[in-house]
Amino acid sequence: MNKAKQLFAGLILMALGLGTAQADYTLNLMKGVTKVSNDIYDLHMLILWICVAIGVVVFGTMFYSIYHHRKSKGHKAAQFHENTTVEIVWTIIPTLILIGMAIPATKTMLELNDVQASDMTIQVTGRQWYWDYKYLNNDIHFESHLDEASEKVHRTVGANPHTVPHYLLNVDKPLVIPVNTKIRFVLTSADVIHSWWVPDLGWKKDANPGFINEAWTSVDKPGTYRGQCTELCGRDHGFMPIVVIAMEQPDYDAWVKKTLEQQKQKPDLSDQTREQLIAHGESVYLKNCVGCHQIKGGGVPGLIPALTGSAIATGKWESFDGFLRAGTSKMPKFDKLNGKEFAELMTYVRNDLGNNVGDVLQPKQTALPDDDE
Amino acid sequence: MSAVVAEHDDHHADEHHDHGPAKGLLRWIITTNHKDIGTLYLLFALAMFFVGGAMAMVIRAELFEPGLQFVDPAFFNSMTTMHALVMVFGAVMPAFVGLANWQIPLMIGAADMALPRMNNMSFWMLVAGVLLLASTLFMETGAPNAGWTFYPPLVLQPITVGKAMPFAVFSVHLLGISSIMGAINIIATIFNMRAPSMKMMDMPLFVWTWLITAFLLIAVMPVFAGAVTMLLTDKFFHTSFFNAAGGGDPVLYQHIFWFFGHPEVYIMILPTFGVASTIIPVFARKPLFGYASMVWATASIAFLSFIVWAHHMFTVGMPIAGELYFMYATMIIAVPTGVKVFNWTATMWKGSMTFETPMLFSIAFVVLFTMGGFTGLMMSIAPSDFQYHDTYFIVAHFHYTLVPASVFILMAAGYFWLPKWTGHMYNEKIGQLHFWLSVISVNVLFFPQHFLGLAGMPRRIPDYAIQFADWNMISSIGGFIFGASQLLFLYIVIDTIRGGTGEKVSDEVWEDAAKHSLEWTLPSPVPYHTWTTPPICVPTEHVLDSH
Repeated sequence: MNKAKQLFAGLILMALGLGTAQADYTLNLMKGVTKVSNDIYDLHMLILWICVAIGVVVFGTMFYSIYHHRKSKGHKAAQFHENTTVEIVWTIIPTLILIGMAIPATKTMLELNDVQASDMTIQVTGRQWYWDYKYLNNDIHFESHLDEASEKVHRTVGANPHTVPHYLLNVDKPLVIPVNTKIRFVLTSADVIHSWWVPDLGWKKDANPGFINEAWTSVDKPGTYRGQCTELCGRDHGFMPIVVIAMEQPDYDAWVKKTLEQQKQKPDLSDQTREQLIAHGESVYLKNCVGCHQIKGGGVPGLIPALTGSAIATGKWESFDGFLRAGTSKMPKFDKLNGKEFAELMTYVRNDLGNNVGDVLQPKQTALPDDDE
Repeated sequence: MSAVVAEHDDHHADEHHDHGPAKGLLRWIITTNHKDIGTLYLLFALAMFFVGGAMAMVIRAELFEPGLQFVDPAFFNSMTTMHALVMVFGAVMPAFVGLANWQIPLMIGAADMALPRMNNMSFWMLVAGVLLLASTLFMETGAPNAGWTFYPPLVLQPITVGKAMPFAVFSVHLLGISSIMGAINIIATIFNMRAPSMKMMDMPLFVWTWLITAFLLIAVMPVFAGAVTMLLTDKFFHTSFFNAAGGGDPVLYQHIFWFFGHPEVYIMILPTFGVASTIIPVFARKPLFGYASMVWATASIAFLSFIVWAHHMFTVGMPIAGELYFMYATMIIAVPTGVKVFNWTATMWKGSMTFETPMLFSIAFVVLFTMGGFTGLMMSIAPSDFQYHDTYFIVAHFHYTLVPASVFILMAAGYFWLPKWTGHMYNEKIGQLHFWLSVISVNVLFFPQHFLGLAGMPRRIPDYAIQFADWNMISSIGGFIFGASQLLFLYIVIDTIRGGTGEKVSDEVWEDAAKHSLEWTLPSPVPYHTWTTPPICVPTEHVLDSH
């Protein structure tokens, strides 16, 4: 079946002159890398083949009839209009097929649902428009945003996405998990409903604000697995991918150690040049602000204020700083940023995006005492 | 007053002359004639089909290649939202109400609909509702862009949906009232105005399916109106039906919505079954196979539609008992739906078939609807749905059940009855050209979307990873050809109204059609007033009995 489909696809693509250069297409569900995802794949193939078989019988009968029982061939119409036996038969047979399907489906459903006896737990929080991962067994906690290269290209009319590796499916910090370990996920959201899906793991689960959903996985082989948010969550719904890297246990342990050390590091508050501040500030902006205020700082008419010429952004920096840390009813507070990031972000916003305040803010100026912690 | 009216009517009855329609534009505004109102509904639906279609073209143009080309993501989301709302509430549903208006009185031997003034009102309320919705396109903050399902909290979020939100809610109220009035009218007509000798089980299947659909409408439109009203109070009066911070639950909305939403999708397909069951026997020159089982299958599907709603929500986080129940209940739908497909096949079996345009569209409907049914069966398997849910596989599925099913059957109905209504024959060559272009392009458009979904492309995204590029481009090409082909249908409708091929059509129009249903015993074109005295002979077992 798969071969036939590949062939069929290849023929269409060739006919359209698209060539085989982009042979990286898939036609079928992927088997994935967990037991559950393989079970789901088997269910999918089973029901697909059942449908194909029914289709062959029904459409075969229909087209036989269309070919032979036509007026132009002089076929005279029979006048029968019911047959109780036949009608009972074609009610019972599908019922039996369905019962046959329901049994394996129920088994897989129960397996999918069983989050008991997990080895570790990761909390996944959906946010507009990135994922927030918290390892509940150690203190690892980080955000996972769309990578900068994709971020710039997808926001620019006419930019070429073919130049970006894993366009829209790459993140700055992937989720790292050990293989052959039962990992329980608890999923929630901080704003609207999102849905966490990595096809290779075999499932997706909604992240609902105010509620917690559970799911689990145990990955068989090391690798990088990519997915996306699958519940419409606003304008950047298409731009919050998921990347999971599964590692052998020793590699994972090393990663945990390194990440914990990095988390403990204090931000570097040494002075930077204006150019450095602006360049770093752009990265902070692309992660935290661009979703609403847009790539050129123009905002969205009637919904999101522009930063270009904004009185708050270009006024006294102390009040801009206070505004960012406090947030408003419409804008989340950004007290999660450290002093270094505040200096970079504010210098960028005040001297780019069509603004030209002309000042340079250094990390030491903007850092609060507890930012060093 | 009533006495005066009665006297007035008697006076006319004595004179034995028809009063024709009012003159000029006013005819269409004040009309209470079921044929005029049917025409209004059908033309309005056709116009909305092109409006919604234009939005689909915007979507397919943006998705033609990866990257940002034409529209902003928020506008893209507005397009997917409005495309769905316009097609569902502006095109498909009104088109079937239009068919019901034209055909039900003709098929059951009634002089008009039971409640003609309400009939007029429900049409104009539909127009008001759709205009209210369309007005949001011209607002600074744009049309609704949280999906046609209006899921909270997204739809309530000030940075997502701007000023359009209350407009969309009031539009839903108006459309709901319009649909409910239409449904009441259809039920009242079918129950009270049948020719005296026509028993329920003598009614053509189109009448049966509409009767059942009308009950679905009355049952679920208020539920939808209630759900969106709760959104309104959550947003403007600080209630917390769907806000966890205030003790509510965003998933509750989904349960209420899909309690409406699932019967709603059957509202768009049951009348389709009725039309197919009307057209296929005529061109197979055989009575419909299994008339009684068709009626029962329709009723079963309608009943099941009320108890399967959460299969739209398998990944929302339900208890395992809920997941399993909704999986089993959904699988059962395949049984009565299968019966229908088998019955249509058996109707064709050993017939004496000819393949005029209405028959071609009907056969394509049976085949392609069944394909949509197969993917529906696949999605009913809950664990598999954890992969399919909210991907292009779903988009392919419901478009197969709506475009080459509902829309194709509406086309078939147009070709089938236009000669009766206008007295002119459409151009068969152009009709067949329209069919072949449509049936090929609709598959080029939607079949690759199965592959996209299985390969991992989520729905409702304005841009996508490179590996989805080829199939998206093919799908878009299919979309543009399909969209352009529909202009042929517009041409044919206008051409037929204005005289068509010029050939005089007989009363029966199609060979022996009068055996199957009453409208073919009337003159062509159908006079402005029909069945002022009810017919004596009615079809039984779907063949006109020569008493």
